[in-house]
Amino acid sequence: MTAGVPLSWYLILSAVLFTLGVAGFVFRRNIITVFMSIELMLNGVNLSFITFSYQLKQVNGHIFSFFVMVVAAAEAAVGLAIILTVFKNRSTLNIDDVSSMKN
Amino acid sequence: MQLWLIPVFPLAGFLLNGIFGRRFSKAIINSIAIGSVLLSFAWVLKTLLALGELNAPHAEHYFTWIQSGTFSVGFDFAVDRLTAVMLLVVTGIGSLIHIYAIGYMAHEEGYYRFFAYMNLFMFFMLTLVLGANYLVLFVGWEGVGLCSYLLIGFYFTKKFATDAGNKAFIVNRIGDFGFSLAMFLIVVNFGSLDFSTVFQAVPGKSEAALTAIAFLLLLGACGKSAQLPLYVWLPDAMAGPTPVSALIHAATMVTAGVYMVARSSAIYTHAPAAMEAVAIIGLLTAFFAATIGVLQNDIKKVFAYSTVSQLGYMFLGAGVGAFSAGIYHLVTHAFFKALLFLGAGSLIHALGGEQDVRNMGGLRSKIPWTFATMVCAGVAIAGVPPFAGFYSKDAILLAADRHAPWMYWVGVITAGMTAFYVFRAIFLAFFGRYRGEAHPHESPWVMLGPLVVLAALSLAGGKLFNVPEFLAPLFPLAEEGHDIGPMLVSVAFGLGGIALAYLFYVARPGLPDALAASFSGLYKLVYNKYFVDEIYAAVVVDPVVSGSREVLWKGMDVAVIDGAVNGVGNRSQRLGGLLKRLQSGSIRSYAVWVLLGSVLLLLAMGVAGGLR
Repeated sequence: MTAGVPLSWYLILSAVLFTLGVAGFVFRRNIITVFMSIELMLNGVNLSFITFSYQLKQVNGHIFSFFVMVVAAAEAAVGLAIILTVFKNRSTLNIDDVSSMKN
Repeated sequence: MQLWLIPVFPLAGFLLNGIFGRRFSKAIINSIAIGSVLLSFAWVLKTLLALGELNAPHAEHYFTWIQSGTFSVGFDFAVDRLTAVMLLVVTGIGSLIHIYAIGYMAHEEGYYRFFAYMNLFMFFMLTLVLGANYLVLFVGWEGVGLCSYLLIGFYFTKKFATDAGNKAFIVNRIGDFGFSLAMFLIVVNFGSLDFSTVFQAVPGKSEAALTAIAFLLLLGACGKSAQLPLYVWLPDAMAGPTPVSALIHAATMVTAGVYMVARSSAIYTHAPAAMEAVAIIGLLTAFFAATIGVLQNDIKKVFAYSTVSQLGYMFLGAGVGAFSAGIYHLVTHAFFKALLFLGAGSLIHALGGEQDVRNMGGLRSKIPWTFATMVCAGVAIAGVPPFAGFYSKDAILLAADRHAPWMYWVGVITAGMTAFYVFRAIFLAFFGRYRGEAHPHESPWVMLGPLVVLAALSLAGGKLFNVPEFLAPLFPLAEEGHDIGPMLVSVAFGLGGIALAYLFYVARPGLPDALAASFSGLYKLVYNKYFVDEIYAAVVVDPVVSGSREVLWKGMDVAVIDGAVNGVGNRSQRLGGLLKRLQSGSIRSYAVWVLLGSVLLLLAMGVAGGLR
């Protein structure tokens, strides 16, 4: 991270990544895309953690981002397994069709 | 001395028969029920012999029942001479009636239930007379009321019997309300409910407080002892089996009010206005009930009104200050009225359930023992010397004469009517020609035995048991000076009543109908019992019922209480209907809500303070 890049750029990038994730989560139908959108949001948040950690010269943000990564990895493993099972049983990846919990 | 054993014997009988009676044979039920009462009687005799003179009360403390600050009520029993008299009457007459009931109830359903209730009644009645404070007395008082209710409604498949039971219970509530208030006032004024403490402290108390207590106690006594204006339950109580009428509604329970007034004599003598009220209520009841009794056709109803009337005499005695004369009449009345009822029961038994004197007649030769014993009771209640009723009634009338001559004269006229209606029933049932269709048969000896014993007591009991003399340490006797005049007049009225009954119903049977026709208005009024039941129904019962229906049920219960509950329910349901739309089950719509919320939160923070 060079000294020439101002702090706000990192934060703006982080916000853009998070917003893209939110938009993908809300508007896309494909489960895998939704899933990836969640990862995108997590990484957006990670970026802002790292940024503040660097700025404030504190290690807390680093540790937090590691935690987020671990959770994201675990979530990816479980999530992909669920997606595979859903596809096997239903032959669809459209999230609106997977709504048997409703009602 | 183990006074507690006296009521516990019948209680054990009640528990055994009540719980296991269904499986017992009649022989076992009989031995438990009668055995327990006889044991109780024997224990009373043993106790009284052991206690000897009884010049001072013998008290026993079992446990502290209520303890609150300095106020405490113990479960205490005590025996003095008054209690001794009551104990002997209750257990003695009770034993005879229990024995009689073996025969009378032999063919009835619910045999064990009957004897269980009778034993329970004995338990409560003995608790009532043994109690050494007002609260223990009240326990017995309520308990006998319960048993009265249970036994009046013994034939619970018949509507009129259960109605009569309810009536007795509800009318007694009015009296018990007065009694409860009296007890509260006693606690406030004396700080204790013990008879000994209260009566010792009476002379120092204000007359107003004592008068209030005495009037409220009188209200309680009026309910229990069927005095005006609360007498209406007793005639209906005849729906119960006849031994019940004899034991509870003639000999013992209904006299509890007289006992209570006599027990509270210390309070009453310091409240002259209440004393006067006792005398007047008693006198009016005696007269009023006697007039109704004259025209009743149901033999049990005749004796029921007679009981009300005789209880009035006892109140008159107590009210004019002759408490011992009132108790004297209580004792002799227990003899002859129990006998009248048991005789009527024997008569009804002989005729297979017929109670209307118009369908009897000529039974003198068919059931001679019943006839003979009932005549004994008749001459006793009519006050013919030297039989039991003469002594006690004479004592009361003499005291009334000393107090106020007009009371004496009303009492004497009532005595004449008493003789008339009792002998009217006897003449209609036993003389003339038989007018029914049953085949009369004499009752078994198990029923006739008690009748004979009671007949002997009715004839000789007045002379034999000089109750006023025995009670003299408690209630000082009036100064001697026996006027022969008033006595002769009352005897003449009694004999005149009998003669008139003979004239009307044996010698000239057409006369009563002719008289009834010429005084048809008065006749109808009295025949319908002065329409008192109808007036009460219109003035008290109907407003309460319709008020309950219109205001309490439809107004309060349905509109307010149900309305509030249902309203809350409906509102919640409608709000829930709106909110349930949020709960769509679609994750992404939730995500949108979260997003919206976050954005709003951020905006709010921005507006409120800026993002620093």
